[in-house]
Amino acid sequence: MRLKTFVCREVFERKNQLATSFVAILLGISVIVAVKNITFYSEKAVAKELDALGANILILPKSASLQDYYGADMQGEEFPEEYVTRLAASDLQGLDNLSPKLSLPVELSGKRFTLTGILPTNEFQAKAAWQGAGIFSRPQNCGTVDAPGATAEPPKETLVRKRVISTLEENQALVGADVGAALGIKEGDTLTLLNKPFAVTAVLPATGTVDDSRIFAHLHTVQQLAGKGPVLNAIEILGCCDQISKGLVQKINTLLPEAKVVTITQIVDTQIKTNKMMARLSLLFLAIIVLVGGASIANYMYSNVFERRKEIGTLMALGAGSGVVLKMFLLKALLLGLAGGVAGYVLGTAIAVIFGPRIAGVIVLPMPSLALWALGVAVAISLMSSYFPARQAARLDPATALQEI
Amino acid sequence: MLNMQSVSKSYRHRGKTITALNDVTLEIPKGDFVSIVGPSGSGKSTFLLMFGGMLSPASGSVLVDGQSLYDLNSEHRAAVRREKIGFVFQTFNLVPYLTALENVQIPLFLAKLSDKEQKERATALLERVGLGDRLDHKPSELSVGQQQRVALARMLANDPPIILADEPTGNLDPETSQAILDFLQEVNKEGRTIVMVTHDMRAAGTAQRTLRLVDGAIVNGRKATSQETDFPKGDDV
Repeated sequence: MRLKTFVCREVFERKNQLATSFVAILLGISVIVAVKNITFYSEKAVAKELDALGANILILPKSASLQDYYGADMQGEEFPEEYVTRLAASDLQGLDNLSPKLSLPVELSGKRFTLTGILPTNEFQAKAAWQGAGIFSRPQNCGTVDAPGATAEPPKETLVRKRVISTLEENQALVGADVGAALGIKEGDTLTLLNKPFAVTAVLPATGTVDDSRIFAHLHTVQQLAGKGPVLNAIEILGCCDQISKGLVQKINTLLPEAKVVTITQIVDTQIKTNKMMARLSLLFLAIIVLVGGASIANYMYSNVFERRKEIGTLMALGAGSGVVLKMFLLKALLLGLAGGVAGYVLGTAIAVIFGPRIAGVIVLPMPSLALWALGVAVAISLMSSYFPARQAARLDPATALQEI
Repeated sequence: MLNMQSVSKSYRHRGKTITALNDVTLEIPKGDFVSIVGPSGSGKSTFLLMFGGMLSPASGSVLVDGQSLYDLNSEHRAAVRREKIGFVFQTFNLVPYLTALENVQIPLFLAKLSDKEQKERATALLERVGLGDRLDHKPSELSVGQQQRVALARMLANDPPIILADEPTGNLDPETSQAILDFLQEVNKEGRTIVMVTHDMRAAGTAQRTLRLVDGAIVNGRKATSQETDFPKGDDV
């Protein structure tokens, strides 16, 4: 016989008494596991939506005003292209896609459009300094859930959705939907802008923004046409949502004090608020489970010690030291915590997977990492609330064995 | 050998201060079988508790094999109980959720014997008390007499030289009582020292000598016979 046998026998003999404490810890843990699980996937889903909106951070000249987010780069003021190098060379986390831009007003067939110079990603890779800085070693698309089996987006879609494009030659142009419609331009046509001929490689799908009336060309071509040297009107950044909430905007501000950094504040604010609310909710439940579950276990343990005082006294009369008695009750608490943690994780995960889609409108998958968390919390609560009853048992007067109870 | 040197102890019971022991000096040599009798509440159990290292005297000292028990800390006193003392109780004090075998294993488990040794020794002891076919029965599945026999087997688990018995026949019918007393005599003959607190004069008569406890003092310490220890009827002793 070992201590474990002793404890297990007692637990199974009087399992009904233990049931209340077990249920208290089970319910507490399962609620927290469910909340944490749903929150995780809901945050992922919001991050994915934000990602789908495209660039969510804009770097503009200091004096720029911001009336239309998508047209914020057409202000006629510039800052040096070197800012891109500074960002790329920084150790800031969460900068996903850097998209420097320079815009010029152009006229075509008597109508005004905007010619926007953009830098394709292959040029980033070509720049040794930027590559050395490791921008392309950063995790790409952080904060988004990759849908398994999703096919790669066609090249022109990436410009619309992610504000980047992988390749663009110096004499190529992409045409916005409105421009294409107004001028009757099709893929393969040729355009002459500011006396330079461009081959139209694509007509972009409509976005409902000012981008529809833009013509996109290579940044360096547009810089040559503008004749202002290596300058930009704006840098668009696809920042990771969670990094934005951790103060990415402020960090960029520190890095580029001469520029203005703005973000889609409303969306990010909502996300931050949701995160905070969920965190508070988790904390609240944790407090409840610590109080209610802990009190229930302590109460059970105290009454268990009281009921078994003659048995404890007998064990002491038979030569048990206080250490053995203490271990006996703490081992029981450990088993209770382990059982409550495992069952709480299973129940909580089931609740999250079944009700998550209804509550948060997202697909929720089980998170094994929460199992460790659930076990840790349940065992800690159980041990802490059993310590004083266990100590009381260990300090019991062995003479109790001879008393009539 | 058990000794008490000028031991005094009093306690409060139902609002009255009772002198359980008043400057008692006593020697119980190795192999002795002593019964302690006295009125209810006279503090007979105090004797057992003191020799068992579970109740410290107000003054004086209690010695087990020359070692002053209360100069040891509680963990060391527990070790003395584990190694030298076998207890048997009036209400048997079996652990209700353990089988007969496991109950006998308790002192062996506390002495950190291996599982195999525990089982072998406990089985042999239960066979000795005639319960070889009841190893896996829980106390509730055993008769009162059988329960006390399990308690006797447990008492002998660690082969203790000293047995402290608290009214071992108090809850038993005369026939079963006699069997228990015979068993105690048997283990006494093996050289074990026995101190038995009892109400039962017939039980007291089994001992080599009877000590009568009155007002905290030992009033006689002589070889008892059944005639001499027949207290008048109605005397609550």
